[in-house]
Amino acid sequence: MSDFQPILTKHVGVPGSSTLDYYMAHEGYRAARRAVLEMSNDEIVQVVRESNLQGRGGAGFPAGVKWGFIPKESKKPKYLICNADESEPGTFKDRLLITHNPHQMIEGMIIASKAIDCHLAFIYIRGEFAREARLLEAALSECRANQVLGKGIFGSKYDLDILVHRGAGAYICGEEMALIESLEGKRGWPRIKPPFPAVEGYLRCPTIVNNVETLSNLPHIINEGAVWFRGIGATADSPGPKLYCLSGHVQRPGVYEAPMGTKLSHLIFTHAGGTPEGRKLKAVIPGGSSAPVLTAEEAEDLRMDFPSVQAAGSMLGSAGIIVMDETTDMVQACYNVARFYAHESCGQCTPCREGTTWLTKIFQRFTNGQGRMEDIDLILDVTDNIGGLIDFSRGSFGKTICPFGEAVAWPVRAFVEKFRAEFEAYQSQEAAA
Amino acid sequence: MSFAFKAEQQKRFKALLKQYPDKRSAALPVLHLAQEQEGYLSTEIIETLAGMLDITPASLMDTVSFYTMFHTKPRGKYLLQVCQTLSCSLAGADQLVDHLEHKFHIQVGETTEDGKFTLLKVECLGSCGTAPVVQINDDYYERVSKEKLKRVLEKLP
Ligand SMILES: Cc1cc2nc3c(=O)[nH]c(=O)nc-3n(C[C@H](O)[C@H](O)[C@H](O)COP(=O)(O)O)c2cc1C
Ligand code: SF4
Ligand code: FES
Repeated sequence: MSDFQPILTKHVGVPGSSTLDYYMAHEGYRAARRAVLEMSNDEIVQVVRESNLQGRGGAGFPAGVKWGFIPKESKKPKYLICNADESEPGTFKDRLLITHNPHQMIEGMIIASKAIDCHLAFIYIRGEFAREARLLEAALSECRANQVLGKGIFGSKYDLDILVHRGAGAYICGEEMALIESLEGKRGWPRIKPPFPAVEGYLRCPTIVNNVETLSNLPHIINEGAVWFRGIGATADSPGPKLYCLSGHVQRPGVYEAPMGTKLSHLIFTHAGGTPEGRKLKAVIPGGSSAPVLTAEEAEDLRMDFPSVQAAGSMLGSAGIIVMDETTDMVQACYNVARFYAHESCGQCTPCREGTTWLTKIFQRFTNGQGRMEDIDLILDVTDNIGGLIDFSRGSFGKTICPFGEAVAWPVRAFVEKFRAEFEAYQSQEAAA
Repeated sequence: MSFAFKAEQQKRFKALLKQYPDKRSAALPVLHLAQEQEGYLSTEIIETLAGMLDITPASLMDTVSFYTMFHTKPRGKYLLQVCQTLSCSLAGADQLVDHLEHKFHIQVGETTEDGKFTLLKVECLGSCGTAPVVQINDDYYERVSKEKLKRVLEKLP
């Protein structure tokens, strides 16, 4: 695995890597050209399905399988949306791909659009990424001027255009149904699923939402084949190159590309240089703040692919790895996470809206030195009410419209259960003062 | 005071309406466009835009109120937005907020008397690898220390 050469980030840092000229000089749009001129839609879906490419936006759903849900008999227009909302705390990989290699992602969008017979695709980018949105506009203009987008692309009969759509500040708009509502010009309130977007999405038409990194993998899969892709990483079930985002208490925070299934300890200690001043590792959030926190012991031997992290009671999610060393106050860290979710709840479901506010109030009490012993169990109780009775062996029983409920309940619960002593000590210390 | 797009913005507005398969989908970009021109979205602006998009003012107001980047009140020339989410907090973002509150004698959410700065705490800006992060209007400032922040603020016209 040590001989792995970056695939998605190969050109990162090279001056000019974001231009069409540069991309074309490095075999750019060869895969899209093939997909449009030589492959049938079904062939594209088949290759992607065989590659076992799992969505990189958080849920790890197989991309080819999702595309297969598009009802072929439907006469309605089909839409593809690239999810560039990148708002899961701890995640900053899509911004890198957009900044240094926008054409790789656009090429992926052309391939996916062709596969589902879409003629108008969108890039939904979070509003704060104003510079990145301008960069994408520039890249798309280059494409339109060179027959890569527009009428009859690459000299075929296939028309495709792509629009950049800026969000306006709301974490929940990363959730695909909220994103679709937001694209329709409304508040970002998730819709109940089913129907899934592949059947009824944007303007009630069949819609596929895929993450920036998922789409960026597609040119390589078309060029090198499904077997090649499945061979990258620790297991063929969850394969491919992966971008891991390391932040928090590490010496060299940043995005590191490594094969799927790379050990978490390797990422932290070799790639990111370990904790500052050799301090002891205390805890790691492996997949963005919606992923339950792991203790240092749990993190030790963990392989970072979808099934392995799930088996460890957490999730690979967006691979936003937040590292906490021994100096971290876990009560404050958990408060920070809970506060984030209280701020970002869309307010549609009562357990989520009220529960996240309750949690924040309890944590406020705690950190103000007015916490009570029974508050610890009250926190667990509230998380049960938001995210269902949590038993990892049975899965959770969703009580809310979207998975945001679990995204707050699970992590908060993990913090309290795994670091309960710290909550108790915090409490009694404050009570004694 | 009634609102109208200036010539250049009017052109972009028309282009936007043409791009989308339905009018309402242009709401977010149109709101961004108006806010760029006017600085914030007053009730008059929202009413006018709603008419242009063929939706009711209440419905557009509902959209506006949902998003943190849309402002319905005037704000400072520079919006100082300090990320307060976990990775930035672990990197010392809280001290930056304290520092700015003291420096400008304002609380989070307030604007300096000269109308130059508005201080806000915001959630994860998607740049946690270079924490702590402060966004000033459209621009990101990364790995921000008090000293760096001082230099940046001094350079703002
Ligand atoms: C609360 C919440 C926030 C999400 N935020 C993002 C996000 O910022 N970016 C993203 O790509 N997916 C996000 N997702 C996942 C999307 O709903 C969707 O599954 C994903 O974009 C599908 O793309 P993929 O199959 O390529 O991963 C979020 C999901 C939830 C429940
Ligand atoms: S779970 Fe929370 S964020 Fe999701 S729809 Fe319900 S209230 Fe909104
Ligand atoms: S936590 Fe501040 S940018 Fe992500």
